[in-house]
Amino acid sequence: MSAHLLEVRNLSVEFHTATGTVKAVKNVSYHLDRGETLAILGESGSGKSVSASAIMNLIDMPPGKITSGEILFDGKDLLTMDPAARRDVNGRRIAMIFQDPLSHLNPVYTVGWQIEEALTAHGATRAAARSEALRLVARVGIPAPEASLKKYPHEFSGGQRQRLMIAMALALKPDLLIADEPTTALDVTVQAEVLALLEELQHETGMGVLIITHDLGVVAEIADRVVVMNAGEVVETGETGEVYRNPAHPYTKKLIGAAPGKGAMHAPLARAEPVLSVRGARKVYGEFTAVHEVSFDLMAGETLAIVGESGSGKSTVAKMLLRLEEPSGGQAFWKGRDLFAMAPAELYALRRDLQMVFQDPTQSLNPRMTVWQLITEAWVIHPGILPRDKWKARVAELLGQVGLKPEMAGRYPHQFSGGQRQRIAIARALALEPQLIICDEAVSALDVSVQAQVIELLDGLRKRLGIAFVFIAHDLPVVRDFADHVMVMQKGRVVELGTVREVFETPREPYTQALLAAGLDPDPEVQAARRKARLALAEG
Amino acid sequence: MAVTDTIPDEPKPLVRFARMLWADKFALLAVIFLLAVLVMALIGPAWLDAVAQKQNLRGRNAPPFDLSRGWLFVLGGDALGRPLLARIIVATQNTMMVAAGAVLFSAIMGTVLGLVAGYAGKRTAQVILRLADVIMSFPSLLLAVIVLYILGPSILNLVVVLAITRIPVYLRTTRAEVMEVRERMFVQAAKVMGASPRRIIFRHILPVVLPTLMTIATLDFAFVMLAESSLSFLGIGIQPPEITWGLMIAQGKQYLTNAWWLSFWPGLAIILTTLSLNLLSGWMRIALDPVQRWRLEMRQTKKGTKA
Amino acid sequence: MSSFVRKRAFASLISLLLLLVAVFFLSRLTGDPAALYLPVEASEEMRQQFREVHGLNDPILVQFGNYIWDLLHLDMGESIRKARPALDVVVEAFAWTLQLALITMALVTGAAIVIGSLAAFRAGGFFDRVSSLVSLIGASAPDFWVAIVGIVVFSVGLGWLPTSGTGTVWHWVLPVAILFIRPFGLIVQVVRGSMITALSSAYVKTARAKGVKSRPIIFVHALRNAMLPVITVIGDQAAALLNGAVIIETIFGFPGVGKLMIDSILQRDFNVVLAAILVTALAIFLMNLLIDLAYALLDPRIRY
Repeated sequence: MSAHLLEVRNLSVEFHTATGTVKAVKNVSYHLDRGETLAILGESGSGKSVSASAIMNLIDMPPGKITSGEILFDGKDLLTMDPAARRDVNGRRIAMIFQDPLSHLNPVYTVGWQIEEALTAHGATRAAARSEALRLVARVGIPAPEASLKKYPHEFSGGQRQRLMIAMALALKPDLLIADEPTTALDVTVQAEVLALLEELQHETGMGVLIITHDLGVVAEIADRVVVMNAGEVVETGETGEVYRNPAHPYTKKLIGAAPGKGAMHAPLARAEPVLSVRGARKVYGEFTAVHEVSFDLMAGETLAIVGESGSGKSTVAKMLLRLEEPSGGQAFWKGRDLFAMAPAELYALRRDLQMVFQDPTQSLNPRMTVWQLITEAWVIHPGILPRDKWKARVAELLGQVGLKPEMAGRYPHQFSGGQRQRIAIARALALEPQLIICDEAVSALDVSVQAQVIELLDGLRKRLGIAFVFIAHDLPVVRDFADHVMVMQKGRVVELGTVREVFETPREPYTQALLAAGLDPDPEVQAARRKARLALAEG
Repeated sequence: MAVTDTIPDEPKPLVRFARMLWADKFALLAVIFLLAVLVMALIGPAWLDAVAQKQNLRGRNAPPFDLSRGWLFVLGGDALGRPLLARIIVATQNTMMVAAGAVLFSAIMGTVLGLVAGYAGKRTAQVILRLADVIMSFPSLLLAVIVLYILGPSILNLVVVLAITRIPVYLRTTRAEVMEVRERMFVQAAKVMGASPRRIIFRHILPVVLPTLMTIATLDFAFVMLAESSLSFLGIGIQPPEITWGLMIAQGKQYLTNAWWLSFWPGLAIILTTLSLNLLSGWMRIALDPVQRWRLEMRQTKKGTKA
Repeated sequence: MSSFVRKRAFASLISLLLLLVAVFFLSRLTGDPAALYLPVEASEEMRQQFREVHGLNDPILVQFGNYIWDLLHLDMGESIRKARPALDVVVEAFAWTLQLALITMALVTGAAIVIGSLAAFRAGGFFDRVSSLVSLIGASAPDFWVAIVGIVVFSVGLGWLPTSGTGTVWHWVLPVAILFIRPFGLIVQVVRGSMITALSSAYVKTARAKGVKSRPIIFVHALRNAMLPVITVIGDQAAALLNGAVIIETIFGFPGVGKLMIDSILQRDFNVVLAAILVTALAIFLMNLLIDLAYALLDPRIRY
């Protein structure tokens, strides 16, 4: 009766956890046809990956449990199939690629062996598998395919590893490919290439593609239809352009509204005496130079964004400024004194002025300390800041400043959501009353809607308290609404440095142009136009 | 999950651990048994010492399960007619004291050295690690024999010898963990705030390492008990009239063929105690690890819903 | 690789030297061999002569210097007790220990890997619980006690196995079985824990998504990754066996190097103690090299 390739009907899955049973997905239904691309869009905790794991039989039971529903594939229910038949569907009929290809490839076997295994597991001979693996690796664009087959996963770059995963998944020409956040861990330019490859292969084989993502841009780029999920439920389903233009559900509206890169750009402040001036900062590891001669100025109350892909050296610059990494050369004058030449005692006094907010608040907050302990630690370390009897009032004030309630001070970090944790980290930084805060990918790990809130918070602090920010990011749209100046880095060098308007509207360097072109816009129409421009750029 | 939602409150730690213990019946039994052993160690000698020393030639090698001589003879009598049960209870104190002393001493020394080796410069670390290598490559029984030979086999010396051979275990684990934890983001964050190395070590690193060390110490308690009994068995550990379980096995060895119970019961006491410690350590490894904890808590809730 | 071996050899040499110094001086504190080997009524003159012959009259630092000098010429001195070169005595005993260690560890490794892997595959299942409990009991039992019980049951009671000696294959059964228990109990636990981690890893998920069968997932995908921590423990346990199983050797009258070391120190036969330490240390060093080699073979990310 079902003409669809895949149909998920009323699927419910629950997980047992310490705090009771969590219903990960509730009565989820969707369908997918051959040759079609369906995106499941959702933020963390929305349950967007759970139905895909159920399709692949990858849910560990216990702690998971499928409580209702059916998954029809070619009309047959996967959930009631016998185990041997079910296993045979995996790899042959349905294949899957994952977010983090490094951990999803077995580190101790060659990639050639692993691709061949996808074939031999379903009955191919070694020799046939071998030649097919070679063809596949060449097809997904890995240089020197013959030699590559003998290499191990750690010897490839992130983008190449995802290509290899794709080669492995497509070995038996499956009818359905499930891609779980396939480009999230990749740089923007690589992301565009991998998505293009997926699309090409879909045209060649006519398979259906189910793509799971948190990124509206990815949806706009690749999906025909989209399923929006929130808190385990499907809130909206429809054709991609239609959903973007006329979102029906408030959650979808909120999600679209939160996408960065649409607000007004900052006009740079009048030039004044810089508080921080970096001259020729360098970092060398043995033979390898991570940072070449970086120089910039920063004024009070100003935001400098440092943007670059992985390996650009942007984080190393941040760590050098805080002396978490020892610089190999250059100077950094903070109010006239060279940070790079300071003795430990001087540095200790300076810690008050310069603070940092790290990428992942789950890791940057000590899990065994309460919010109270985390924030007051600043005053324990620097006894001069605040007398003990004022701590209580000040903690309440700081928590208020970052949008949390004072009564949360007794809780531990794991009792908060990701966005709230980052607010705690910001409150901790503010406790020292710093004049410069360095944000190292401070919003990259957060959901889009939370990202927008945190950026708003930071920008408010800048205006009210006159704090200067160095904001490090890999993603250009994020910094567009927030930065005064933008510095683009590539392979340890500064490629371009200008006001935010200059960089976004009239980028001079080809690399900046490529970076802007590779970014995915959440609007399907804008994205279609941008894709055309990108292809033109690639050809010309 | 809505953005502003906080995760629901978790139960209080004590209640939580009690529940997790209840969920693992083996561990629960182990804890009960160990508590009983602890009580015996505390009150045993004061209570039964006189009985355990009293020779009774008519009760020589009295067989077990014979209640005609009183309940103390339920496990039989030894070669001098002393009640085995009383002797086992009295020996608990020495056995436990040696093991506890050695574990405490080696754990503290090893942890401190490990923290230093993990956080200090490369050269200090190398010196400490080389010394640990030397201890590790020293056949531990040989070391014990030499030292006890020179110093004489007292309880204190036995503790020192056993402790020295176990220091590297804690040292290496602590160092490895410190090397890993010091790279974590929250340690970097503390550095950025200007925290001193001492504060970083004791406030940020040690609490993370401690659960692992406690698990190891539990396991090591069992190991040290076995080592002590080996030494006593070889006749270079505790000397009569002091008694430990290991010594009792050794003393019973010559009567094996006609009175097996002389060696059997103290051996069983050792097995049950080390087994309990092993079970407890296995439970702790799960209970102290936030990632693994659900295994215990789920068993709990599943039973709860059934009932 | 060769520079790695050199570095390791250098580090081991330093440890060995420190160990040698410690044993040399500590062992001499245990007393004067002359008091032990000569009759009580021996005159002071005879004692002097005895010490002279065995080089015990020189200042202790000179004795140490002489020892090191001879050692550099591969001469480890004479055994006072056996009146033969100490090295010969040690090598003879070590051959027994080596055989015992090899046989035991081969059996332990094979059994622990298979049982630990299967237990991990259905963690919490019946097989897992039984094997965990059995291996825990094994790891908890004092080996001398198991040996005694074993002799009572199998040699005295049933008469199936000899009580002590080394004559036939049957003489090996009880010692190997008893030495097997503790390392087996430990290694099974490590294999199980390491396999549980490996089986819940992302690459196993990929293999399941590829449609690979359970058996290759356990023994091909997960096991090789899980082996690294296991090998470390195997190395530690093997090292302990190479140092001699004193208790088992004593109970079963097995002429291994552990018993030799203890007997020699009790008999103040210092040259034999030192030679035994050197030989076992060399063996353990070589074994550790093999372990490192195994690491590199198992995990291509490890390069020396």
